[in-house]
Amino acid sequence: MMSDMVDARGLSCPQPVMLTMEKIKKVKKGEIAILVDTDTSKENVSRAATSQGWKVKGVNQDGTGYRIMIAKK
Amino acid sequence: MRRMIRKFFASRWGIISVGAFIGVFAPLLQKWGNPGNMGICVACFERDIAGALGFHRAAVVQYMRPEIIGFVLGALIAAYLFKEFRPRAGSAPIVRFVLGAFAMIGALVFLGCPWRAMLRLAGGDWNAIFGILGLVGGIWIGTLFLRGGYNLGRAEKTHTSVGWLLPLIMLGFLVLMLLYPQVEGQDKSGILFYSIKGPGVMHAPLFIALGVGLAVGILAQRSRFCTMGAFRDLILFRQTHLFSGVVALVVVAFITNLILKQFHPGFANQPVAHTMSLWNFVGMVLAGLAFALAGGCPGRQLFLAGEGDGDAAVFVLGMIVGAGFAHNFALASSPNGVGPHGIAAVIIGLVVCLFIGFTMRKKVA
Repeated sequence: MMSDMVDARGLSCPQPVMLTMEKIKKVKKGEIAILVDTDTSKENVSRAATSQGWKVKGVNQDGTGYRIMIAKK
Repeated sequence: MRRMIRKFFASRWGIISVGAFIGVFAPLLQKWGNPGNMGICVACFERDIAGALGFHRAAVVQYMRPEIIGFVLGALIAAYLFKEFRPRAGSAPIVRFVLGAFAMIGALVFLGCPWRAMLRLAGGDWNAIFGILGLVGGIWIGTLFLRGGYNLGRAEKTHTSVGWLLPLIMLGFLVLMLLYPQVEGQDKSGILFYSIKGPGVMHAPLFIALGVGLAVGILAQRSRFCTMGAFRDLILFRQTHLFSGVVALVVVAFITNLILKQFHPGFANQPVAHTMSLWNFVGMVLAGLAFALAGGCPGRQLFLAGEGDGDAAVFVLGMIVGAGFAHNFALASSPNGVGPHGIAAVIIGLVVCLFIGFTMRKKVA
């Protein structure tokens, strides 16, 4: 199954976290890939996901930004 | 090592320690010469820079504040040290310019940015309570727009030089300051204007101010310290991360003020402040809303500009131009109260912010 995806590249605070939270509320569990392009967004999204009981499974370099994988069973 | 530092500053103790650092050094800057409860004030200092350049000619507020220069250059240094310099621009720059200008006008009706509002509170200036309530109110209105889909669109990655322009402008300001240093009793040195009385003449020695500015710039870039984000995240997500930094700032600044005997509780006769509570409140509603719509407090915009964000740089320039308007059109307050046209400007600013908030709600692709 394709994992859900949030593209927050180029968006400034608090959009990346807002989009992530919306997606988390919508899918409730599973895997989400979030694309961000700044370290601030990477930290904020990871912190927000953790606070919602999701696990940050991995952060990979993706072009000039990052691809954050979060998951919840 | 870099990884550990990175992790620390992203943690709760990281942001608390940065708030505490500012809480120690802002009152110290006041002791070393800066105006009362104005160890650091981003709005006031950018206004003083506008005065030093002659963008307005309010004689008492003309000084090229090295703290602001240090904020931007410190953030630039930190961004390069930690490989975070990301040149980017193109997310509604004109909107950011206008928001910056009105944020400045609102802040100058209150007489202080959110940083100074906290420092005023920590110095016992109870008028700040109305300003902070207004700030929170403005940010709350901003979160309603954010929930309704408000956004400024995406920025694009761009040339490195785009990200360097504001830091270079700041470097240029520093060079001007060194070329044309203040001459005792003179209101002009070369092309720069200086104050011979009022808050503009009160300042810490250049290299101390620059040093503290650089340190704050480095630490705040690392920790993403933001006074607007503190309240926004609390309201929007019930997140206390940034908020704990602001609380640390207020508590530590209060203790430092007590030690330095700079705590003077009361409403009347506070330094660079007026007692018109309603306009202290409404001025900061405007500033808070403008900061929320622009995504950062004035300090944060300087740090973002230092790490390559060209849109944040436009916001900063908007604030400096806004300061020109504020004093040329008699919008800024003084210890006597609001300026002759301050109230009209605040109302126009609120209307403009509402227009921006209501009309920029298209979902991003």
